[in-house]
Amino acid sequence: MCLAVPGKIVEALDVGSSRIAKVQFGGVSRQVYLDFVPEAQPGDYVLVHVGFAISRVEPEEALRTYELLKQIGELVEDDLAEGPLVEDEGQP
Amino acid sequence: MKYLDEYRDARIARALAARIRAAVSRHWVLMEICGGQTHTIMRYGLEELLPPEVELVHGPGCPVCVTPLEIIDSAIEIAARPGVIFVSYGDMLRVPGSRSDLFRVKAAGGDVRIAYSPMDALKIAEQNPGRQVVFFGIGFETTAPANAMAVWQAKRRGIANFSMLASHVLVPPAIELILGSPANRVQGFIAPGHVCSVVGYRDYETLSQRFHVPMVVGGFEPVDVLEAIAMLVEQLEQGQARVENQYVRSVTRAGNVPAQKMMEEVFEVTGRQWRGIGEIPRSGYRLRPEYAAFDAERVFATSQIRVAEPEECISALVLQGQKKPVDCAAFGTACTPERPLGASMVSSEGVCAAYYAYRRHYEVA
Repeated sequence: MCLAVPGKIVEALDVGSSRIAKVQFGGVSRQVYLDFVPEAQPGDYVLVHVGFAISRVEPEEALRTYELLKQIGELVEDDLAEGPLVEDEGQP
Repeated sequence: MKYLDEYRDARIARALAARIRAAVSRHWVLMEICGGQTHTIMRYGLEELLPPEVELVHGPGCPVCVTPLEIIDSAIEIAARPGVIFVSYGDMLRVPGSRSDLFRVKAAGGDVRIAYSPMDALKIAEQNPGRQVVFFGIGFETTAPANAMAVWQAKRRGIANFSMLASHVLVPPAIELILGSPANRVQGFIAPGHVCSVVGYRDYETLSQRFHVPMVVGGFEPVDVLEAIAMLVEQLEQGQARVENQYVRSVTRAGNVPAQKMMEEVFEVTGRQWRGIGEIPRSGYRLRPEYAAFDAERVFATSQIRVAEPEECISALVLQGQKKPVDCAAFGTACTPERPLGASMVSSEGVCAAYYAYRRHYEVA
């Protein structure tokens, strides 16, 4: 129920009192309300829940976390197989 | 997909499992609150990666599951009225009330529609000015701002034929209930990342200090959940009890202020019944009196009948981490996702349903 999916803002425009964006999720795009993330701009990634962006994904923080994790990963790389844990069913 | 695939990397997941193994020296009981995280743990078999010392128990964070029978009965009663268009998130449709469910109302000719967003329901109301359009507003703090926005827009734009049957629940009072119970087993919490994206984690700092229990705000991908577990185990082994944020790419300490303002504008805190658990004080939201014209419970004076849960269902203990689904005699026999007896089996995010989907083959003899 609290599922929120990261997507990329392709374009944003003001409609009435709302700011509405076209957000791309993989190959699919959807209309998303930006009322709760007024600072978000085209090119930004946002987490989307029931049609609303609830946060702007911090690219630097995300990268930092990932790099840290990768460093840990490389320590035990040799005896471990790469690849996803299960095949992605296209449903995050 | 960016920001998803990298957090599903098996190599990183196994390295995190090694970090947990290296840190652990004794038995610890950890709880993930959110049903989305329960689903990730089951789907990716994360418990298989953990050392035997780390025991995961699964919390009450499935709003579909904990929506009380009385509200579902009210929803069914309203949806069956002539002239009403009843709009709901899809996962509520097959949840059984005391006698029926919304699917059966639809099959019998009721106008029951599924929406992805509460704004879709508002659009339906605009397009059908001669009909009453009722949206089933359920969810935790993640969903509350969106539902609040639909009501706020309805008032602002004068869409008088729109109303909301609101049944919102809040996470911190449930954690307080679990930690305050004499039978509590939980020693550390994975706090729900999307709830905290909205509300931040100051309330969790208060709870963590008060009960001296570590909490880590965690994301929803396998790498997120494993890193949160590693952070919790490291704190516990060092005798620490603080709030840490694993989900930094989405969560800040203060949360999303515009979303919080919208929630506060439309909703006020109230006591709520949690299906399977009972009444928890100050654990939910209802519409403020200023929005009474959009409150479906006032617009349609529904009958308020208290209904008893089946006695054989132990979901109250399961949702508080005191029992596992497999401890229940009815699990997988009298109680299945097709014919659920209680809260934790009614939605795919409920812990009993997740066990049934992913684990029954090797857990149930």
